[in-house]
Amino acid sequence: MTSQDAVELVGITKRFPGVVANDDVHLAVRSGEVHALCGENGAGKSTLMKILYGLQQPDEGTIKVDGTEVRFRSPADAIKAGIGMVHQHFMLADNLTVAENVVLGAENVAGIGARAKARIAELAGTVGLAAGPDVLLEQLGVADRQRVEILKVLYRGARTVILDEPTAVLVPQEVANLFDTVRRMRADGYTFLFISHKLDEVRTIADSVTVIRRGRTVGTVDAKEVTSRQLAEMMVGSELPTPETRNSTVTDREVLRVQGLTLAAEGGERMLLDGVDLVVHAGEVLGIAGVEGNGQTELVETIMGMRKSTSGQLQLVRKDLTKATTLERREKGIGYIPEDRTRHGLLAPQSLWTNRILGYQSRPPVARGWLIDTNATRKDTLRIIEEFDVRTPSCDVLVAALSGGNQQKLVVGRELSGQPGLLIASHPTRGVDVGAQAGIWDVIRDARAAGLAVLLISADLDELIGLSDSIKVMLRGRIVADADPSTVTPEELGAAMTGAGAAA
Amino acid sequence: MTVAALRGRLLPPALAIVFAVLLCVVVVLISGGSPATALSAMVTQVGEGTTAVDIVNSAAVYYLAALAVAIGFQMNLFNIGVEGQFRLAACVAAIVGGMLTLPPVLHVIVIFLVAAVVGAAWAGIAAVLLAYRGVSEVISTIMLNFIAIGLIAYLIRDDTFGVLQGNNISTQPIAPSGAFPGISLGGGGTVFGMVLVSAALGVGYWFLLGRTRFGFELKASGISSTAATAGGVNARRMVIIALLMSGAVAGLAGLPELLGRDMAYTLTSPAGYGFTGIAIALLGRNHPVGIAFGAVLWAFLDKAGLALDNVGIPREIVLIMQGSIVLSVVVAYEIVRRWDLAAEQRRVAAELAPADADPGGGPAAQAEEGSVRS
Repeated sequence: MTSQDAVELVGITKRFPGVVANDDVHLAVRSGEVHALCGENGAGKSTLMKILYGLQQPDEGTIKVDGTEVRFRSPADAIKAGIGMVHQHFMLADNLTVAENVVLGAENVAGIGARAKARIAELAGTVGLAAGPDVLLEQLGVADRQRVEILKVLYRGARTVILDEPTAVLVPQEVANLFDTVRRMRADGYTFLFISHKLDEVRTIADSVTVIRRGRTVGTVDAKEVTSRQLAEMMVGSELPTPETRNSTVTDREVLRVQGLTLAAEGGERMLLDGVDLVVHAGEVLGIAGVEGNGQTELVETIMGMRKSTSGQLQLVRKDLTKATTLERREKGIGYIPEDRTRHGLLAPQSLWTNRILGYQSRPPVARGWLIDTNATRKDTLRIIEEFDVRTPSCDVLVAALSGGNQQKLVVGRELSGQPGLLIASHPTRGVDVGAQAGIWDVIRDARAAGLAVLLISADLDELIGLSDSIKVMLRGRIVADADPSTVTPEELGAAMTGAGAAA
Repeated sequence: MTVAALRGRLLPPALAIVFAVLLCVVVVLISGGSPATALSAMVTQVGEGTTAVDIVNSAAVYYLAALAVAIGFQMNLFNIGVEGQFRLAACVAAIVGGMLTLPPVLHVIVIFLVAAVVGAAWAGIAAVLLAYRGVSEVISTIMLNFIAIGLIAYLIRDDTFGVLQGNNISTQPIAPSGAFPGISLGGGGTVFGMVLVSAALGVGYWFLLGRTRFGFELKASGISSTAATAGGVNARRMVIIALLMSGAVAGLAGLPELLGRDMAYTLTSPAGYGFTGIAIALLGRNHPVGIAFGAVLWAFLDKAGLALDNVGIPREIVLIMQGSIVLSVVVAYEIVRRWDLAAEQRRVAAELAPADADPGGGPAAQAEEGSVRS
């Protein structure tokens, strides 16, 4: 710990019911450097940043700014201490001018008149914003809007700027421009905390990199000396699960066939999915590897019918389901473990047995015609609780009262009900404790042995290599490589994920 | 239902009513009256003349309006347009009913259908705007209320469908065959037959929500539209159906008085039930029994409150009471809900504490543990 640290987080721990989001995290950002924070989604980056920005209070640990211990009760406190945050989703008003957007909420800095405009003009040079202060925001493109956001935090006196996945919305040329600006500002003495999981970008712009995984600090490395592979390894873990005798249960019976699946971004020509082909056989676990944000979520949601594909075909056991609704796909035998169970898998303020209905409202044992069979549903919920070891006093408990692991076991149990032919498991063990994780792995292995086809998406390479019979790598909406999990190493897989080379 | 669940439902309204009563006691004391006198005047009033029957009749109307609002609430839709839907539906139903000559039962059925369809159609405008254009139903239904009032004024002009009766304009009176027969209690007044229809709709609502697939899809969409979509519920369709149903029920809210008493829609036909319905749906927490209780309480305050003038206490005290009940019930529900959730989490944790000491994953759990801790 030196006085040169602009920001230092020491031993930050933050718990939510059933899950530890940050577990003894350490992060030291030197003054005048660009420090990258890496980790997969769900690793605890956003919780950490919310704590640093005063949106949440840590359960344990301290925050130091310029060597002085501080306590942030709200973002206002963080701003006062010179920390500003540029959110991934811009918080700007389209119908106001650049100057109005900047001054809004910071009227006490320099008023709202000429003095404010002079200050904005001065800062516009710093952030490389070409548009004048009187231009309406709706006339600006994404890159300029981002600069307005940076201008906003500087105007409020920030010396340390948190950039939350700033390149996610930019095209490559804009990314290069942004990085030029960041370098120039670093020379002016500004400090940046750059959150990203795009490894090549991190290595281009950052001076040092801190990686967190499953809520813990893995380590801090010099960005100039680390390779993308090493970073990927740190992010997703490199130790393989204990080798197990892998009896192949793969059959030649096709369950899912996806051909040329394409999905265009809403209102844009950018392709979220670009001609994806894949086949999953009965008894096979097909793993999809890829750095998050490369189309895995879209692939799953398109297969589930929650997004309408632009073109391409989807067959389940040789029946065409390209035009089918989500419910029809579920009825035809697709089980779905969503990546975010609280958003897509569960009705948190409802009882366990009510949640058993979701996705099964049209089939026995839950439904009899148009009626819900309450008794049968409750009975079947008790079966899931028993079979999948959901730790709960009864099936009348609200889902919100369960821990994350037990919620997930309920989802897994439900999605394996009704004899599905295909299980889509999207990050099935994310945010669950170790015991539940092992349980869920066992369930997937058993289901595969029983002839289920499984499409597994995971950010955890250990999980992916340990469970899959074959692996496909996704990059920018395409399948770019195949890998054999019995021979591939996480390093090779990591390289393929970043587009640095072909795996196995 | 467990004791805790029952407490979660009954405690908040009880607290809210106690709080509202206390507030009113203070207000009565400040205005120089005696709370005891006020209460006894209101209770005595129930036994006077037709008050008891008036309360039941009013409650039936309130119940329909509140059910209409509650259907929307189940889906997180705020149908403020019940007011416009029920008034326009009553007006058009009166016009159609007045023009037709039909045998008794059929006549009533036709009027019912017209009212339900008009109410649904008026709500349907907001539904389509919301589902296909993203226009907030809060805004569109408020605006449709004003348009409905203007449309009614036009429809009952004497050069369109209205007839001049003294210094009032009304629609052509409906023939006696269109009347909904009531239950006469002699001097006590006549209970609207529609009271039974309201009760039946309440039972239907309960059954629909608690026992049918449609009810589940409605509730699921209201709680989490993303989870409902992933579970195969067509969210856009649910929005439209929920608002159409809400509008159809709203359309019936004007019928008890139209077919049980007035037999024509006039310039001075009652208004405001749509807004009362919102308050009662909040008070009853969208539960059919809760709404019934709220409707009766509201009607009691309305009708028995008339007696307050006789004992020299301003009757506006009733408005204070109604307002503070709704306000405090919303607060009380939220407090009890958070408290209950925290208590349940503690309870689940406490019950499972011994079980969790065992990692419980079998050999695999131990084998994998090392890799996760790295």
